[in-house]
Amino acid sequence: MVAGAAAGEKLAMLSLKDVCLQIEKVPLLSNINLQCESGEVTVLMGPNGAGKTSLLNVISKNYQASSGELEINGAAQASWAESELAKFMGVLPQYSSLDFPFLVKEVVLLGRTPHAAGKQIDAEIVQAALEKVDGSYLANRLYTRLSGGEKQRVQLARVLAQVWPSSWLGKPYDKANQYNQENLLMLLDEPSASLDLEHQQLLRRVVKEFAEQGGTVVMVMHDLNLAAMCADKMTFMTCGRIVANGSPQELLTPEKVKHVFGVDVDVIQHPSNDLPLVVV
Amino acid sequence: MRLLSSKGCFALLLLGLPLAMLVGLMTGPVTISLSDMWSLYLQPEGQNPNAAQEKLIIEVIRLPRIFLAMIVGALLAACGALLQGLFRNPLADPALIGVSAGASVGASAMIVFGSLLAPSGLLMGMPLVASGAFAGALLAALVVFRLATNSRGTSVATMLLAGIAISALAGALNSLLSFFSDNDMLRRISLWQMGSLDSATWARVATCAFAALIMAILIPREAKALNAMLLGESEARHLGIQVEWLKRRLIIYSALGVAISVAVAGVIAFVGLMIPHLIRLLIGPDHRSLIPASALAGAILMVLADALARFAVSPAELPVGVVTALLGAPFFLWLLVQQREKS
Repeated sequence: MVAGAAAGEKLAMLSLKDVCLQIEKVPLLSNINLQCESGEVTVLMGPNGAGKTSLLNVISKNYQASSGELEINGAAQASWAESELAKFMGVLPQYSSLDFPFLVKEVVLLGRTPHAAGKQIDAEIVQAALEKVDGSYLANRLYTRLSGGEKQRVQLARVLAQVWPSSWLGKPYDKANQYNQENLLMLLDEPSASLDLEHQQLLRRVVKEFAEQGGTVVMVMHDLNLAAMCADKMTFMTCGRIVANGSPQELLTPEKVKHVFGVDVDVIQHPSNDLPLVVV
Repeated sequence: MRLLSSKGCFALLLLGLPLAMLVGLMTGPVTISLSDMWSLYLQPEGQNPNAAQEKLIIEVIRLPRIFLAMIVGALLAACGALLQGLFRNPLADPALIGVSAGASVGASAMIVFGSLLAPSGLLMGMPLVASGAFAGALLAALVVFRLATNSRGTSVATMLLAGIAISALAGALNSLLSFFSDNDMLRRISLWQMGSLDSATWARVATCAFAALIMAILIPREAKALNAMLLGESEARHLGIQVEWLKRRLIIYSALGVAISVAVAGVIAFVGLMIPHLIRLLIGPDHRSLIPASALAGAILMVLADALARFAVSPAELPVGVVTALLGAPFFLWLLVQQREKS
């Protein structure tokens, strides 16, 4: 099954062809075909153990695919050096194990590690990234003392700072990143897991804004309705395979949700937009 | 917020170091007062009957010893900071995780086999003993690191247990080596196990200073990567760090630093644990300031600990490792309690 629309004039940021992953002879991913164009938000969904995180790990080069082709930003993934990849690809893991007492603004500054934009620009980006996640008031707090949701927002700000689109700086001649904004990629693993309702909506806005600047987002989510609001494209996975691919309207039907998650749901029209609303 | 800015911390440490050195110069079986020192060096025409003797004590005995203490303390504290960054755990200390023990076996082996091969004692020099210590330290560090870490992070329990196992093995090997040793070798080996600075000479200071200088050039280059490492290994990789090479370099550097300190002063525990921890409390974990500040503070602590070791049972002296252990072991227990409350 070949994913999504044909590339057209949009840039294929990410392209997986028949990617398989086996670890110690256990197949975790089988024949994954996926294409993500720049400016597109793709949400991976599926039951626990479906292979969503494994897929992100393969894309982020944490795991080496056992077979198949994987292209990022127009070149084979294996051909990118880590230091180069880090300039346009930011990764937010599911858990963060930072256990040292950095200040929040220092944590976000770590996102600037791959770049050499200068202290001044880095500081501006750190401040702006914290603003984006509603975390400015946390800047001088100790990261280790934050709540789970606050930590998650700070980590998101760190990833944003790493792939900060130049246009967000508001100064067209200062380059935040030597790559074009159409070549920026974020991989987010359950970024909404411990966020409250308000910050889930904030996450949606941030992701959408990032995509509007040309960035590409691939993320894992569990909340079908939040995913519908974020996604340009949804991908359903079970047992290491992609079982369905398409727009939220195409995928969020009672039959498909039943098939993937094994749960009977009703799907109604969202009262204030044209998105489907899944009711359990 | 932080208790101190890093600039403030450096100012205090740079102020503290000369004061500690003065204390070190004054202390010992013969107390040399500040006014004596003043007249000795700034009014040489003064009438001090002990001038010649005091000058000798300062220049031949105490000053080289103080410099050696500074180098050893700085190396141990900086290596502690490196290892804690590598293991992403504030409980890593070269002595607790067995790296120092590995170094001491390597050093003992060099003394015993070196002098068996060349009885004239030609091979007994510091550089050779230090290279034996380096091999032992490197092996121990590699083993502990392989055992205690995986992609998810470090298991503190495994790290400390591996340290115990390596130290036990090192103890056994040291005993075995003692079995083959003659009296002179035995004396030197047992001196290491206690940790002492009483063998300080200007020649040793020069050798160590040279090695420490190399470390001072190499280590700060890793500070930014170490900061990223604290986020986690895969996070660091996604920030463009070549993690596998970084880990290898860090293991080699810390083994080198520990080996030098063990080769000249034996196993001195807890300096690498206490100092980086205290500095982190003051200025935070950013390695760009943590490592140099730890080195300075380690130098101060070691000079003072050595002064105390000479003062406490004067005219005899304690091994300096005893003093740091008396300070450090309760500190370590306090850290363990804190870690337990956190989890």
